[in-house]
Amino acid sequence: MAAEMLSYIERKSPIHDLSGVTKLIIFLMWSTAAMLTYDTRVLLFLLVMSITVFIISKISIRDIAFVLIFILSFLLLNNIAIYIFSPQEGVKIYGTSHVLFEIAGRYNVTLEQLFYQLNITLKYFVVIPAALLFIVTTHPSEFAASLNRIGINYKIAFSVSLALRYIPDIQRDFRTIAQSQQARGIDLSGNEKLLKRAKNATSIIMPLILSSLDRIEVISNALELRGFGKNKKRTWYSAKQLKRADYITVLMGGIILIVSLVITFHDGSRFYNPFN
Amino acid sequence: MKKPIIEFSNFTFKYRSQTEPTLVDINLKIYEGEKVLIVGPSGSGKSTLAHCINGLVPFSYKGDIHGSLLIKDKESKDMDIFSISKLVGTVLQDPDGQFIGLSVGEDIAFALENDEVSQEHMTRQVVDVSKLVGMEENIESSIHQLSGGQKQRVSLGGVMVDQVDILLFDEPLANLDPATGKLAISLIDRVQKETDTTVIIIEHRLEDVLHSDVDRIIVVDDGRIVSDSTPDELLSSTVLESSDIREPLYIKALKYAGCAITAEMNPSHLNTLKLDDCKNKLIQWFEATTQNEINEKASPILVLEDVTFGYEQSKNNIHNISFSVNKGEMVSIVGKNGAGKSTLSKLICGFEKVKSGRILFNGEDITKDTIHERSQRIGMVMQNPNQMISKHMIVDEVALGLVMRGVPENEIKERVEKTLKVCGLYPFRNWPISALSFGQKKRVTIASILVLNPEVLILDEPTAGQDFRHYTEIMEFLVELNHNGVTIIMITHDMHLMLEYTPHAIAITDGRIIADSSAVDVITNDTVIEKANLKKTSLFDLAVKAGIGNPKEFVTRFISFDKEVRKNGSGNAFIY
Repeated sequence: MAAEMLSYIERKSPIHDLSGVTKLIIFLMWSTAAMLTYDTRVLLFLLVMSITVFIISKISIRDIAFVLIFILSFLLLNNIAIYIFSPQEGVKIYGTSHVLFEIAGRYNVTLEQLFYQLNITLKYFVVIPAALLFIVTTHPSEFAASLNRIGINYKIAFSVSLALRYIPDIQRDFRTIAQSQQARGIDLSGNEKLLKRAKNATSIIMPLILSSLDRIEVISNALELRGFGKNKKRTWYSAKQLKRADYITVLMGGIILIVSLVITFHDGSRFYNPFN
Repeated sequence: MKKPIIEFSNFTFKYRSQTEPTLVDINLKIYEGEKVLIVGPSGSGKSTLAHCINGLVPFSYKGDIHGSLLIKDKESKDMDIFSISKLVGTVLQDPDGQFIGLSVGEDIAFALENDEVSQEHMTRQVVDVSKLVGMEENIESSIHQLSGGQKQRVSLGGVMVDQVDILLFDEPLANLDPATGKLAISLIDRVQKETDTTVIIIEHRLEDVLHSDVDRIIVVDDGRIVSDSTPDELLSSTVLESSDIREPLYIKALKYAGCAITAEMNPSHLNTLKLDDCKNKLIQWFEATTQNEINEKASPILVLEDVTFGYEQSKNNIHNISFSVNKGEMVSIVGKNGAGKSTLSKLICGFEKVKSGRILFNGEDITKDTIHERSQRIGMVMQNPNQMISKHMIVDEVALGLVMRGVPENEIKERVEKTLKVCGLYPFRNWPISALSFGQKKRVTIASILVLNPEVLILDEPTAGQDFRHYTEIMEFLVELNHNGVTIIMITHDMHLMLEYTPHAIAITDGRIIADSSAVDVITNDTVIEKANLKKTSLFDLAVKAGIGNPKEFVTRFISFDKEVRKNGSGNAFIY
C-alpha cells in the first residue's frame, strides 16, 4: 500500500541491528565514492557490495517497489536528457569514436556514449540500495538521533524525522478527504478531463491544509509544553549504543571509500578507459 | 491552612488578535493537593484559563495581561514556558495529536531528553513512571497499537516524568468511549492520591468527571468565574442551567419528579445521595408518567446482509454484519474505539468495497454502485468539519456538490437558499467560512450534504467537542430534519445522545454486532455495556436506589417525558 512507502520496515537482520549513525555514515561514504568515481571496475565492485548488503537486510524488492519505480523512471529521464543535450560526451571523454549507427546531425550512437551512460546508470544503482536501506532499516525514533549525532542541529534533525513520521497520517487524511469529496460529486478519476481534475484536486488540498494546520498547532504546543528547545543539546532515549559491529562496518566502509578513490584517481583520470 | 499554589488576582487577558478580553477580572486560588474541576460552555474562556496556567498564554499565544497570576509564588509572566512546564504538566485534549515518541518509552522520556538526562538514568525513570501509570508491560509497544485508555495513560506518564506539582487535564474525556473515560477519571484520582499533586481538570462532561470525587468546581462563563463551590453546592444551585452545562441525568430526573435538591443530600455522587422523601416523589412520578407509544409502521430503507470486509486480504475488520434501518428512523451506532463503526459507514457510502454480502437501499441492491451513485441517496458528514470544507464562502461551499453534478444555475440558487434556511445559516450566507464557530462550520458541512437531497444521512460524532448549548442546537436540528423524512444514522460515543435522541441503537464490538435493539435496552444490558465499552446510565441506578421495580421502564419513561419537555421548548430549565 502507498501509505507504507519510505517508512521503517521491521525485519530481523544484521543491517537493522546496526546503529542509525553507522548506517548514515556508510550511506554518506558510499555516495561520495559513487559520486566521485567513473571507474567502471570500482562501480561494479560497489554494485555487487550494495546488492549483497541489500540481500542481507531481508528487505524485498516488493517492499520498496513504488519508490524504486519512481527513481528508475527518473533515471531513464536523466539518461534521455544526457543524450539529447550531449550526444558526444562519451567521445569527448574517451577520445575515440566507435560509431554504431548514425541518426541525424551530431546525433549518432557510439560505443563510448553508451559506455559513459552505462557508468551513470551504475552510479544510480550503487547509491539507491544504500539510501533506501538507511531509510527503511533505521527506526524512526533513532533517525533524528542519528542525524543529530553527526552534527546536525537537533531541532532540524527532529523536524525531519517528525515530517517523515507524519507522511502516513497525511496520506490517511488525504484518502478520507478524497472519499468524502468524491461523495459530493468531485471526480478525480480518469473519467474527467485533466484540467477539470486539476481543478477538482484543489477541493481536496484546501481541507488537507486546514486539517494539517490543526495538527501542527497541537504538536507544537505539545513539544513546547514538554520542554523541547530549552537547551542547546538534548539526549536521545532510543539512540543505540555503538557496538563492535558498528565500528567494524564504519572501518570497512572507510577502507572501501579510500581504495575506490585511490583506484579512481591513481592514473590522473576518473574514467576507466576500455577503448585504448 | 493549605498554601495556595495558583493564585489569580484581578487577572484580565486579551488575545492580541481580539478586541475584547477573553478573561475578565479573574480571582481564583487553587491550593496545594486540591482537585479542582473547571467547567464552562464553549468560548467561555475555560481553555484560555488553562493556557494561562500552563504558560501557553502569554508565551505561545500572545496578548495583554493585567493583574497577576502567581504559580508557586512566582509571577507567571516573568517566568518562561519551560520553567512553567517544570511546575505544571499538561495532558492535552487530543490523545493522538500530542504523542511525540513512537513507542511508549520514548514518549514518556521526551521531557527527560530535553533536560539532557543520560540514557541510563532515563531508562530507569521511564520504568518508574510507567509503573505509576500501569504501563510497565508495554514500554516497548508502539503507540499506534494502544487502546484509547492506554494512550491516556502514556500521555499522563509523559508529564508525570517531570515530577510536576500541578497536573492540568484539558478535556481528558473528549474522544474516549464511555467506559474508557470512566477508567481515565479513576486513573487521575489514583495518581493524585499517590503523588499528592494538585489536579486541575477542564471538562464539560460533568457527570463523567464526578465519577471520582473533586474538591471544588469552578464554573466559567463569558470570561468570568460565575461559581466557585463544592460539587454538592453546585448541583443544588441553578448555576449549571444558566451556564448551559449539562446536569447529571439523575439530577434532572429528580427535578422532574419535583424534588428540591439541597447540598445536604450529597447530590454529587449517586452512591452518597440521600434520597429520603424524594424516594416517594420519584415513585409517584414514575407511576404518573406514561410512555407515549410511537409505533409507526415503517419499511426498511437501508439493509445490510451478511457484510464482511477487511482492509487486508487475510484479515477481516467487519464480520458478517446484518441489520436493517427503517425509513424515518434515527439510529445510533455505538461501540469502543476501533470497533469498526467508521469502517461500517464507509462501506455503506461505498468508500470501501465489501468482500462479501449485500447492501440494499429501498429493496434495491446497491452493493456494486459507485461512491457517486450512492451519494445521490446516502450523505455522509465527517467528524471534523475542516476535513470537508474547501471553499471560502458559505454559499459556494453548499453549492459545490450541485455545481459538480451540473445542475442548472437557477436551480442551484433555489436549492442552496432553501437548505441554508433549513439549517439556520441563511443570514450568514455571504460570510467567509473562516469567521464561523466550530458548531456553525459543522452546520455548513451538514448543509453541503443536505442540499444533495439524500434520503439517509450518516453523521460521524455529530456533537463531539460541543458544549451543551451547541449539542442541543445540533441535535434539535437533526430531529427537525428527521421529521421532514430524512433517515439519520449517527456514530457516537455519547450515551446521552444515544439515549435521548435515537430510539434504535446498534452496538458493535470487534467488527461484530452484539446488540441491535432499543437504546434503552442497550444501555441497561450489562453484557453489552461491558463488551462495547459503554456506561450504564445513572437513571437506571437511580431507579434501583429508589426501589422502583422496573428500572428499565423508568429510563424509558424518563426519555419520553424529557422529549415532551424539550418539544415544548422549555429545554433545560423546566421545573422549579
